[in-house]
Amino acid sequence: MTAATYDKPLPPPNEESRPFWEAMKEHRLVLQKCGACGKVRHYPRPVCDACFSMDTEWMEASGKGQVHSWTISHHAFHPGFKGDLPLVLVIVDLDEGVRMCAQARDLDPEGLRIGLPVRVDFEDATDDLTLPVIRPA
Amino acid sequence: MMTGLRESCCVTGVGETEYTRGSGRSVAALQMEAALRAIADAGLQPGDIDGVIPYGNMEMVAEEFITNLGIEDLRFSAVTPLGGASAVAAIQAATSAIVAGAANHVLIPIGRNGYSGPRIGGRAQAIPQFRVFGEYEMPSGNIAPAQLYAPMARRHMELYGTTSRQFAEIAVTMRNHAMLNDNAVMKKPLTVEDHQNSRMISDPLRLFDCCLESDGAAAVIISGAERAKDLARRPIYIMGVAEGHPDSPSAISQRPDLTKIGLAKAAPRAFAMAGIGHEAIDVAEVYDCFTYTVLCQLEDLGFCQKGEGGDFVSGGRIALGGELPINTHGGLLSQSHIIGMNHVCELVKQLRGDGGKAQVADAEIGLVTGYGDLGDGSIAIMRN
Ligand SMILES: [Zn+2]
Repeated sequence: MTAATYDKPLPPPNEESRPFWEAMKEHRLVLQKCGACGKVRHYPRPVCDACFSMDTEWMEASGKGQVHSWTISHHAFHPGFKGDLPLVLVIVDLDEGVRMCAQARDLDPEGLRIGLPVRVDFEDATDDLTLPVIRPA
Repeated sequence: MMTGLRESCCVTGVGETEYTRGSGRSVAALQMEAALRAIADAGLQPGDIDGVIPYGNMEMVAEEFITNLGIEDLRFSAVTPLGGASAVAAIQAATSAIVAGAANHVLIPIGRNGYSGPRIGGRAQAIPQFRVFGEYEMPSGNIAPAQLYAPMARRHMELYGTTSRQFAEIAVTMRNHAMLNDNAVMKKPLTVEDHQNSRMISDPLRLFDCCLESDGAAAVIISGAERAKDLARRPIYIMGVAEGHPDSPSAISQRPDLTKIGLAKAAPRAFAMAGIGHEAIDVAEVYDCFTYTVLCQLEDLGFCQKGEGGDFVSGGRIALGGELPINTHGGLLSQSHIIGMNHVCELVKQLRGDGGKAQVADAEIGLVTGYGDLGDGSIAIMRN
């Protein structure tokens, strides 16, 4: 699908986040890592809150994690998602110690529980946008 | 003990419009009517107002109040952009300004056409407070408060055994209170079964776990305690007031403890400033954008331990006649969604003895909270 016909909200990448979205397009999950103390942080931002260094590196994430919490949306709060209901949104504890939130794929809503092992996968939404999705481990 | 702003200021006037679904009036007209009523209630003239704190996320700005109210010399203005925590956070800002000598009488107006006006929907990404999750989560369909807060409720249920029927107890109590109130949008009885049968919006939150969308405005006047004694109404003293921001305020998903919100930081400060314990609270107006947010705030206020909120709200404890009556006006769930300024007005009315059919007998001390955006909190403790 081209961006012209895509009817869902698009991320507005900025200087801090562009490497994340560029890696997504290559189906890679990358996270920011402090260049001084090594603390991993997400979502992308300019300063390490542990040592206040602005020296930032990017690291490959394992894509492995566990379910932290979730919701199953039966109402589309944006017209672009009307055809996708119900929407299973999962918050995942990544093995790297940060979290992310994305739609589930092939996860039985009835079987969701805290600690359920999952993995991050990728879906091309447009020619320019790839979104993370969460699948069973 | 930190006494800070304790009893340095009072609420001297309150004003509310009719609450409706479909006002047929502009937001400016609604807010001006509420402001004029609050000014008259205090026994002041519009020109006496020298400070104003408009709601941050709305078209109304300080200039509109200068023009409409003929204020010759507005000495203080500010905004407190904390979403639903804004109204009570504005009381802290107003009190601070008055104590510092920057103003004598501060007007805090809030009003909206939440039912008949434009929905926030797709514009949410443009709100600065929503920028971060707007970039990383909205593209995946995580858009609205019901979806954002549902995983907080879900985790509470999984960790502590909290149930949807306990959420229902809150919804039913708010409805019963609204039915005593002539200025409430919802007038039909609601049962636990009605709640359980209502459609799922974003699991575990059902339709009757969600607040109303409605039209109307409310306003209060904050004045210094010395000046308050000479005004028209019995002054309602602000004993303690505070705001608090949660960990990871820009993204709920990244919050270390999903079940903890900014109020957990603000409440101990407000109680310490007031110099009272929880047993002194006769009535509480608790921001109820969702049933779960009431349950969570009761824990973070310190009325019970984390995880005990489900039991706390059960058995009639939060109903009129119970141990801690909550939202005697019907709240956002059943009175009207005036972004919590209706809660402030209701607390003042209760402490004046103007609570009508919902009056808590001998109410002397009460509290009001705000909850906004991604977990911001605010609290004011007041006495008569
Ligand atoms: Zn660092």
